[in-house]
Amino acid sequence: MPDSQQLTPDGQLKHLLTLDGLPSRILTQILDTAETFMDVGERDVKKVPLLRGKAIFNLFFEASTRTRTTFDIAAKRLSADVVTLNIAASAQSKGETVLDTIANLSAMHADMFIVRHSQSGAAHFIARHVAPHIAVVNAGDGRHAHPTQGLLDVFTIRRYKGAFHNLRVAIIGDILHSRVARSQIHALTTLGVPEVRVIAPRTLLPAGVEQMGVHVFHDMKAGLKDVDVIIMLRLQNERMKGALLPSAQEYFKQYGLTAEKLALAKPDAIVMHPGPMNRGVEIDSEVADGVQSVILKQVTYGIAVRMAVMSILLGPTAS
Amino acid sequence: MNAPLPDVASLLNKLAEEIRPILTPDTAMVGIHTGGAWIAEELHRLLKPKLPLGTLDISFYRDDFSRIGLHPQVKPSAIPFVVEDQPILLIDDVLHTGRTVRAAMNELFDYGRPSAIRLAVLVDRGGHELPIRPDFCGITLAIEPQQNVQLTRNEKGQLMLTVA
Repeated sequence: MPDSQQLTPDGQLKHLLTLDGLPSRILTQILDTAETFMDVGERDVKKVPLLRGKAIFNLFFEASTRTRTTFDIAAKRLSADVVTLNIAASAQSKGETVLDTIANLSAMHADMFIVRHSQSGAAHFIARHVAPHIAVVNAGDGRHAHPTQGLLDVFTIRRYKGAFHNLRVAIIGDILHSRVARSQIHALTTLGVPEVRVIAPRTLLPAGVEQMGVHVFHDMKAGLKDVDVIIMLRLQNERMKGALLPSAQEYFKQYGLTAEKLALAKPDAIVMHPGPMNRGVEIDSEVADGVQSVILKQVTYGIAVRMAVMSILLGPTAS
Repeated sequence: MNAPLPDVASLLNKLAEEIRPILTPDTAMVGIHTGGAWIAEELHRLLKPKLPLGTLDISFYRDDFSRIGLHPQVKPSAIPFVVEDQPILLIDDVLHTGRTVRAAMNELFDYGRPSAIRLAVLVDRGGHELPIRPDFCGITLAIEPQQNVQLTRNEKGQLMLTVA
């Protein structure tokens, strides 16, 4: 669902909830801004004073290490005051509703909420109820969206491949449960990637996935042929209710990325993974740690991308 | 009503000659985006110091972010030398309130502690709001507060000053 909630009437970013329907103008603005933040991490003082005096609350209703930490570092590099709450373990478990939590934190003069929740639509719900000057960033909601991950993935692709208009990108694995895949597909198609492929067994593909503008493959041999970018997804064991797959070993045999399968792609293809990786399930260690892997670069770039999102949202257009 | 101002090339030559005597082999030149970087490029060409030219985009250090937000086209800062203990010549096109120079100095200190910073500007137009004055100045002009002095560069790379 395209989202009018996240843009102001004059088309500026107000919240970042999904990449679905976000115009390429905004995506490019975020990527260009992220580029300018890249050198901050290289300086003596890894900090700029841009968001001094702003209060950013990291609200994690669902566990996360990488995303939470990179949002935290991004906010600190911008000199914001940042508070991280693992809400699963605090007031909510005492019975406080989400809106009461939000109201209490708003009373502490919050400027931004970064929200991770296991329910799809949680960030939208919070964005509808916050005061007008508060910005909300979706850091992953259920199966729905993970926009900053999608952004850092296209940022990584742009850094390695330069442009989008001549690329073949393959996304492999558990598309059905993956909010990351949805965000990636929206970003890639909006930015003009002519061929986005998804490769997965039928049981791990959502119904009607073709309507998102992707080419569907069930076989790695055909799907990986001549691709420029390979994005492996985590096999989400914790979301897997019921028997969608015979076994992890069987999955690795069919869909795990090995050096042999990687050789089907273009010789300069890059290998990406949003983490955390299941080595030996969706990706072989030899590939994960190999020369074509840019997986750790994605983590570093994620900081610059999140700095860009925060500084764009907390500019005066937010109020 | 754009009135033409003195020729930029002659101002640059004058500025370069003023700077030349204090230039030591370890002096690092830094231009502030965008106009200051153009001036710094020209001075770097005229004075041929040993160190490569640095550029700063001070967008992340401005004091009016909460009023005007992030500039849509921030350029990366590039400081291709060690700032620690280095004498720095900071270069801008027009000195007005001094807030840009304040921001640039803050940014420089995040790269290290320079041994000294001197300021060279093409034009000092008055209207200072901070205790910041140029060490080297191409020309001092008395400009009405509501007017704007602007440096532009055409496709041929020629620089021109206008008051609007």
